Amino acid sequence: MNIFRLSIKNIFDKPLRSLITVILLALGIGIISLLLQLNSLVKDQMENNLKGIDMVVGAKGSPLQLILSSVYHIDSPTGNISLHEAEKISKNKMVKSSIKLLYGDNHKGFRIVGTEKKLIELYKGSIIEGREWNKPYEVIVGSKVSDKLNINLGDDLVSSHGLRETGQSHSKKSFKVVGLLKPSNSVLDQLIITPPESIWDIHSSDDHKNGEHEHEHEHEHENENKEITAMLIKFKSPMNIIQFPRQINENTNLQAAVPSYEISRLFKLFGFGIKTLTYLAYLIIIVSGFSLFINLFNSMNDKKYEMAFLRTIGASKFQLSKMIIFESLILTLSGFIVGVLFSRFGVMFVSFLIDKNINYNLETIKILNQEYWFFGLAILIGLIASLIPMIQVYKMNISKILADE
Amino acid sequence: MIETKQIKFSYDNQVFFNFPDINLKNGENLLIIGNSGIGKTTLLHILSGLIKSNCGSIKLFGKEITKFSSFQLDEFRRNNIGIVFQKPHFINSLTVKENLQLAQYIANKNNDELIENVLKNLNILNKSNKMTNELSQGEKQRVSIALSIANSPKLILADEPTSSLDDDNCSDVIKLLKKQATDYGAQLIVITHDNRLKKHFKKSLEL
Repeated sequence: MNIFRLSIKNIFDKPLRSLITVILLALGIGIISLLLQLNSLVKDQMENNLKGIDMVVGAKGSPLQLILSSVYHIDSPTGNISLHEAEKISKNKMVKSSIKLLYGDNHKGFRIVGTEKKLIELYKGSIIEGREWNKPYEVIVGSKVSDKLNINLGDDLVSSHGLRETGQSHSKKSFKVVGLLKPSNSVLDQLIITPPESIWDIHSSDDHKNGEHEHEHEHEHENENKEITAMLIKFKSPMNIIQFPRQINENTNLQAAVPSYEISRLFKLFGFGIKTLTYLAYLIIIVSGFSLFINLFNSMNDKKYEMAFLRTIGASKFQLSKMIIFESLILTLSGFIVGVLFSRFGVMFVSFLIDKNINYNLETIKILNQEYWFFGLAILIGLIASLIPMIQVYKMNISKILADE
Repeated sequence: MIETKQIKFSYDNQVFFNFPDINLKNGENLLIIGNSGIGKTTLLHILSGLIKSNCGSIKLFGKEITKFSSFQLDEFRRNNIGIVFQKPHFINSLTVKENLQLAQYIANKNNDELIENVLKNLNILNKSNKMTNELSQGEKQRVSIALSIANSPKLILADEPTSSLDDDNCSDVIKLLKKQATDYGAQLIVITHDNRLKKHFKKSLEL
């Protein structure tokens, strides 16, 4: 038997009281930690996918939508643009490189993107099995897609029209899997990529069913009629980011959007909500501090005979203070641990939801600097809450308490 | 050796107590008898160092405790004194045995054999793993006696240990208390208004 064990026995002697204190603190710390975790994970993930893309060109509409659809692949595209016009921009001397993107189809909910091989390099992906494509209708499959749908080399994939599973299927043509990608922890993991020609072909052959006689006509204007959804652009110099997008928006019927700008705008909007929730969580932490204080204070009153008794058998004031501090710290540190666990499960749950609903992946769990602060905060709350009960111990008149019974 | 001289005490300069001198040789027990309100509990608290007298001297086993700091008093108490209260006190979150172990821990002792021995002598060994609120009044009284012995004190102070007991139990408890004190080599001072105890003590003092 020692003072530490006595504190633990005291805590378990009033389980409900102790539980409320722990739960309140855990809730406060858990919420803040969860918000910080999600914020940092989402930010990391978004910035990771942004690398090497200075500007996106697409159809007129919401710039944020253009970015979300063509950089993050989580929204519908704003529309299509003519290949001819897009190529004019890509030939501009300010442009270092460009990548075409074509949407329109999916396989079981995963997007089939017509694009160039450069896209793989952009996300630092590499083929783990198989080879690159040589002709239309050959596809390379992202690691998450192949994992989830259990796709192997040589499989035939049937595509459906649209970006969701419910679209009408193109029954005539199917895609052949020629390559599988290594996980790159970027959007590449959740894409099925193919040469642009596949998408042009599948859609024009669909059109033919409706109007066979236009066939000849179409071939003559082949290049002018071809459309793409968007184009990712990297500049030669970062200075171009200010001027060039404005020129495009003002002088052409295309839209140019700057991802880094749109995303920081998005985070500003997010940030407001996160801040409000953070204040709320701090409030909960303060309430938990009060609850702990009231808990200790009440038990001081309940236990004044016990305290006096301890003194009569020779316990020093210091030992009684130790008992109070231990009780307090055990409660706050339990709160801290439960809170951090809560936030981890929260991240796992949110990650699972995001993954399930929009095929988006959050990176694994890490310890944030702020969480070390919470550890300190928990100890601080424990010490402050035990301060007044400790003063009571020092002022306690044992003789009077014993005579009063 | 227990020796007090001219102890005086007052509460807020309103109630004044003058206590008679006590002189006990080693091995002697004492009964202090007096009516309610005459300062019996106050005297017990002064002897155990829980409160300080206004003046006078208290020599316990060669130590002048009136000169002790509160820290030294705590130390002296945990090593030399056991107290039996009129109404037993325990730590309610602990079992009987854990209460006794805690008392030993505070006195820097660890002697499970002694605990078992004391509980056996008091005939409550089978209660050692019970919570204290599961005990009957009589059992609580015995545990209280056990607690006063757990730290192997030289002096046991008992405050009205028998006032709420019938004649048979009164006689049992005081015999038990005396026997424990003798067995474990402690002197016993009982403070009470209970005249039934007079026949059990050779030496007594009236307040």
